[in-house]
Amino acid sequence: MNKAEILIIDDEPQIRKLLEITLESNDYTVWQAETGKEGIIVAANHPPELIILDIGLPDKSGHEVLKELRTWYNKSIIILSVLNNEKDIVQALDNGATDYLTKPFRNAELLARIRSAIRRNETPNNENKIVCNDLEIDLIARTVKKNNEILKLTSTEYNLLSLFAKNEGRVLTHQFILKEIWGVGAQTETQYSRVFVGTLRKKIEQNPNQPKHIITESGVGYRFE
Amino acid sequence: MHNRKYTKATQHTISLLTILLSAAACFFVKEIIGYRIVAFVLLMAVSILAMLFDILPVLIAAVLSALIWNFFFIPPIFTFHIDNTEDLLMFSLYFIVALVNAVLTFKIRKAEKKARDKEEKENTIKLYNTLLNSLSHELRTPIATILSAVDTLKENSKKLSITNQIELLNQIDIASIRLNTQVENLLNMSRLETGLLKINVQWCDINELINLIIQKIDLPQNKKIIFIENDTLPICKIDSGLMEQALQNIISNAILYTPLNTIINIEVDINENNLSILIADNGNGIAQKYIHQIFEKFYRLPNSKTGGTGLGLSIVKGFIEAHKGTIEVKNILPTGLLFTINIPVETSYINNLKNE
Repeated sequence: MNKAEILIIDDEPQIRKLLEITLESNDYTVWQAETGKEGIIVAANHPPELIILDIGLPDKSGHEVLKELRTWYNKSIIILSVLNNEKDIVQALDNGATDYLTKPFRNAELLARIRSAIRRNETPNNENKIVCNDLEIDLIARTVKKNNEILKLTSTEYNLLSLFAKNEGRVLTHQFILKEIWGVGAQTETQYSRVFVGTLRKKIEQNPNQPKHIITESGVGYRFE
Repeated sequence: MHNRKYTKATQHTISLLTILLSAAACFFVKEIIGYRIVAFVLLMAVSILAMLFDILPVLIAAVLSALIWNFFFIPPIFTFHIDNTEDLLMFSLYFIVALVNAVLTFKIRKAEKKARDKEEKENTIKLYNTLLNSLSHELRTPIATILSAVDTLKENSKKLSITNQIELLNQIDIASIRLNTQVENLLNMSRLETGLLKINVQWCDINELINLIIQKIDLPQNKKIIFIENDTLPICKIDSGLMEQALQNIISNAILYTPLNTIINIEVDINENNLSILIADNGNGIAQKYIHQIFEKFYRLPNSKTGGTGLGLSIVKGFIEAHKGTIEVKNILPTGLLFTINIPVETSYINNLKNE
């Protein structure tokens, strides 16, 4: 029984009702808010495990709510919005959203994202080892094992993989990756991330054409699973 | 009526110059042609102006030319005085004919424009009706399915077998996906139509993009997609979101409208900043007489199965053209259809980047 609390901030009663039924039938506790203001108050009174936030709210934009929440709320926030343009998505991710999903969505997808977002909350940041299916990343020894065999990674590949692994289940935008790996100023060199994700996939994926670890989010970035 | 080709100032300038130049030319040859012929030359100039310009500059030209003819040509010259009754009559007639000419031509042009506008409007209405017919079918069918399935599930759930309940739920599922596809198509079309579409090019690994599309597509057991990655390609700059949708539309068509056991072949190449994508199937191709219409908005091949609005390929064309690229289609031998896409792109091999 996981009973984790999820706060839904969405002005559409239909969406709230559906999410309520879906999530409660999956053993989550559901709290609801229909405006950004109300959402912030509810979250402040009782910080939930996860917030599902809509961008198009009646009182203020979800982007602002997200920024306000992020000043003190550290757990996962999933954006659930009808806006599917890359600009809004990237903006939300850069403002600290853990993940995004556009409406219409399928329940299986939403539940998978919720599970991985909640798992993120539980993973302590000071871990020495990250295990993700067939991959095992030793952050102290700086080694990566796939099915218990050590992989030969270049330093850049290792840095990229450990960045992904530390942010499992989260969508990392190209800009974020560039800044973290190549430093401030490299953000215009957006080809770097494409190239190194390519070489990294060849080493860590079972089938690099159908990646299971580094998933592409078209025009936005990558998600590590 | 407003003239779109020329601004008001240009119209006035050109018409004044025309009259002055014609008059000047006539002034030198008036001894040879006689001053009465000059009237016809000026009248002709006014008529030509009337065919091109708005009413006001033409009327001014008519009045001006009458005065010029009087002042410079009708004896005694260099006065507005007219001695002879015949000349006075000629002058009055000139004045009237020039004005009537200007007004009549203006009216004819106005009527022509009205007819043109009407035709344009009728064409728009025709297009709109086609749109409404196909839309109302494509949107209402899935909505009808959903409503009726939900009603049955709500009212007769006790009498329904589990199999039938599952079947109804599946129908709702299929109908919703269909509805979603159509809405997506309409939204894309309106983005193209309103000119609000802005392409956002970013570096993209084209092999990765095509693999992603293939991974996402719902491929039936009896059909196959073959794509052999071309490892030597540089990365290139495109709007990967738009290209994903465009290629996905072509590939889903190739899956939907081909017989069993069809194989779809995808090839990509980048040559001197030109990205080319070939998508070929070994289906039945398209009758030659229809092939050039398939990119037209709302066009559907005769006898094609239900479940489309005829928007898919026109969106593809719009998205490719937004990249300043081209798309062509042709039948291939022995059977099948080939789409060829060419897009000018910025490329990068980033050979100078150290992988260490």
